[in-house]
Amino acid sequence: MDKYTQLVSRGLGKDIAKKLGLPQPVVLRRHEPGQPLVQGPVLIQGSTAGADELASTLLAWNLDIRRHAVPKEKLGAIILVLDELAHPDDLEKPVLAAAASLRDLAPNARVITVSRTAASASTPEIAAARQGVDGLLRSLAKELRAGATGNGILLADGADTTSPSTLGALRFFLSGRSAYVDGQLLAVTSGAGQLPDDPEKPLAGKVAVVTGAARGIGAAIARTLYRDGAALVLVDVPAAGDHLAAVANEVRGTALQLDISRADAGQRIIDHAVERHGRLDLVIHNAGITRDKLLANMDAGRWNSVTAVNIAAQLRINEVLLASEHFRSAPRIVSVASTSGIAGNRGQTNYAASKGGVMGMVRATAPLIGAHGGSINAVAPGFIETEMTARMPFVTREAARRLNSLQQGGQPEDVAEAIAFLASDAAGGISGEVLRVCGQQLVGA
Amino acid sequence: MSIQGQSAPGPKESSPSPSAGQNAAGQNAAGQNAAGQAAAAFPQLRKAVVVGGNRIPFARTGGAYTKSSNQDMLTAALDGLIARFGLQDERIGEVAAGAVLKHSRDFNLTREAVLGSALSAETPAYDLQQACATGLETVLGLANKIRLGQIDSAIAGGVDSASDAPIAVSEGLREVLLDLNRAKTLPQRLQALSRLRPKDLAPDAPNTGEPRTGLSMGEHQALTTAQWKITREAQDELACNSHRNLAAAYDAGFFDDLLTPYRGLRKDANLRPDTSLEKLATLKPVFGKNLGSEATMTAGNSTPLTDGASTVLLASEEWADAHDLPKLATVVDGEAAAVDFVHGKDGLLMAPAFAVPRLLARNGLTLEDIDFFEIHEAFAGTVLSTLAAWEDEEFGRTRLGLDGAFGIIDRSKLNVNGSSLAAGHPFAATGGRIVATLAKMLHARGQVDGRPARGLISICAAGGQGVVAILEAH
Repeated sequence: MDKYTQLVSRGLGKDIAKKLGLPQPVVLRRHEPGQPLVQGPVLIQGSTAGADELASTLLAWNLDIRRHAVPKEKLGAIILVLDELAHPDDLEKPVLAAAASLRDLAPNARVITVSRTAASASTPEIAAARQGVDGLLRSLAKELRAGATGNGILLADGADTTSPSTLGALRFFLSGRSAYVDGQLLAVTSGAGQLPDDPEKPLAGKVAVVTGAARGIGAAIARTLYRDGAALVLVDVPAAGDHLAAVANEVRGTALQLDISRADAGQRIIDHAVERHGRLDLVIHNAGITRDKLLANMDAGRWNSVTAVNIAAQLRINEVLLASEHFRSAPRIVSVASTSGIAGNRGQTNYAASKGGVMGMVRATAPLIGAHGGSINAVAPGFIETEMTARMPFVTREAARRLNSLQQGGQPEDVAEAIAFLASDAAGGISGEVLRVCGQQLVGA
Repeated sequence: MSIQGQSAPGPKESSPSPSAGQNAAGQNAAGQNAAGQAAAAFPQLRKAVVVGGNRIPFARTGGAYTKSSNQDMLTAALDGLIARFGLQDERIGEVAAGAVLKHSRDFNLTREAVLGSALSAETPAYDLQQACATGLETVLGLANKIRLGQIDSAIAGGVDSASDAPIAVSEGLREVLLDLNRAKTLPQRLQALSRLRPKDLAPDAPNTGEPRTGLSMGEHQALTTAQWKITREAQDELACNSHRNLAAAYDAGFFDDLLTPYRGLRKDANLRPDTSLEKLATLKPVFGKNLGSEATMTAGNSTPLTDGASTVLLASEEWADAHDLPKLATVVDGEAAAVDFVHGKDGLLMAPAFAVPRLLARNGLTLEDIDFFEIHEAFAGTVLSTLAAWEDEEFGRTRLGLDGAFGIIDRSKLNVNGSSLAAGHPFAATGGRIVATLAKMLHARGQVDGRPARGLISICAAGGQGVVAILEAH
């Protein structure tokens, strides 16, 4: 938590910020083992068969489910099921019904829409209605306050309101794991996937490789995957070996000092995982570098090193992974992209090109890994509080920090939570997608 | 009483004792029976294997580790090893390590390092000290315990800091302070203090001088270098090769799984990849300037004082398999020797010249059966004097009891990934550096002519000692 957020979270600072109309970020609810999924009752709006099925499924999770709002009752979440929209006119009734409860949302509450992907619509009316949910959800998310977030689940053909990954995504969005995910629509692309036996240990029995694990977001990914039950192989360049060893000893993993841009990196990762841990299930491509420079001043060294590490290495490693018989049991890859690759960022043409490349790669690799029953996705972080962003100039940093719906930077753990979700079997029906972890960044995309 | 009674007849017998006979002939009965088959002398023992190693880069004294204690560095080397092999919370059979320059507070150094590491706190540990042979001796001692079945896993290691060296108070001050402590009355205290003289306040810093001769190690080696007529050019060439070989090994990523950075240091600080014979030739001699003959030993062909730590993971084959860990090499055998340098019979650092012939003979091997020679480069002159002794007919006949010269080694097999001249030499850490490096090289080589690749380690030590060992590819 940054100092400003601390200052305006309570007491005099809170009053002054309110009177002056200053941003009022709140301390976000983040997941801790054993904590309840949602804080308060969950209102399910929508009258379709899908809504009914979802409601009865969620009852089995021991949630406090409401099908109708109870006046003055503080809600933990509103789930707006819109899975049978035939015309934009169909939006009004369920949406306004939900609107009546918005003032009753508790701090850090959740609003989640469940609708269908517009791309699979058979008529212009259906497509218009479905695409309308996009604009609705993104605008609503910007209206929510006090740490509450709004996110949407998009059902592709083959997925419905109770498919494993619909429920997996719902659980993720409801929980504190999605604290810094806001204003996002995540597609469930198939009925594949499997919910975990133990929701606290969704990665039990899995062997995961995390690249760039020595510090920052990579170290947070390692800790989160370990908490979720995975055995870990942690990779970083030999020069970062001391930090890597410290993280490995913390999460009881093995440290592999390896430059991922080496030609044999993929094979060495597989060999290490199989020889030392008996298998390989998950690969998290987190390693990345920045060599910022305005394009007019760019040189080949800066351009090439960023390309080599951020995208070329991932492509080469994935090729080896996909050809390996050791990467066949529900294999999952999650890559770290960046909002720079979506919205662009001044001084980061090389970095944004590489991160845009990651998203293109993920989309095109999805059918290839799908052939082995696996999935591949990307997470695109926005402003995350790391050693790297701590070195930004003060004004630039403050602007980047506040210009999002949650009015604060995200934590490395927030990125790690999204990755852990996408690496789990509960997300097996989600592939080729990019999930932003940016607190709904206001500038750009 | 009984010991005296038993040993008394020994010296009276006219025939040499069996052990003396073995040493003189360089052979024993078991060795002869098992000729050509290493380590078969004790067929009932199980194997001790090297799983791997980890060290921190070696720093020049006064460099990156100036503020690091022996315990800090040993703990860092241990934690890197634990991370590499996933040994968190593991109860290792035993950990043995040591330091040559040791503070009195380091009395239980290895155990303290274990307690500060990610290993199980139930891992026992002990300290060992045999000067520069400390690291190799911990490997041999622990490997023997594994072979005997006393333990299944072990970590051997060593550490030294010449930067954070202990500084003692003078003998005069020490005596006064102890008397002061014993004094009970004010007059007694004042009397004790009255004996204090200004010169007593000068601290007593450690040095590398031999207590019995007062000569530094470098001056001792200068005598030996001159005795064996080792040229300046030959010494500079060996030093140059050491730097080139070590630099090439770094470039090839050879140390990626042998080394963990520490305090910002990623490579051995002493390494000079761009050194050349021409550059080395410009250095002024530092040792042997008063011998009458030309002085040949410079800062370039002598190892500098160094800080660093190393560790080696050893195990039985069963333990390594059960933990899904690699088996790089087998610890076959080891031998220690000492020479009478005090009376000038042999050079201070020449003990390995005797230990190696005895070790190879016991295992039915000759120099030609060795694929990698790891001869610790205390000074280039040490390595070259040892090789010269082995090549010398008279030394072979009169000192080793052989028919002629012991033999010539193929120089292309010597210190192929660099050694102490380039890497530096934190005394007790050198053994672990060499064992882990050699084990990795042997594993990569695999088989040679239908037998496992074989490596010889030779380390000279203060006090006229030397410890040598044979490793084989697993």
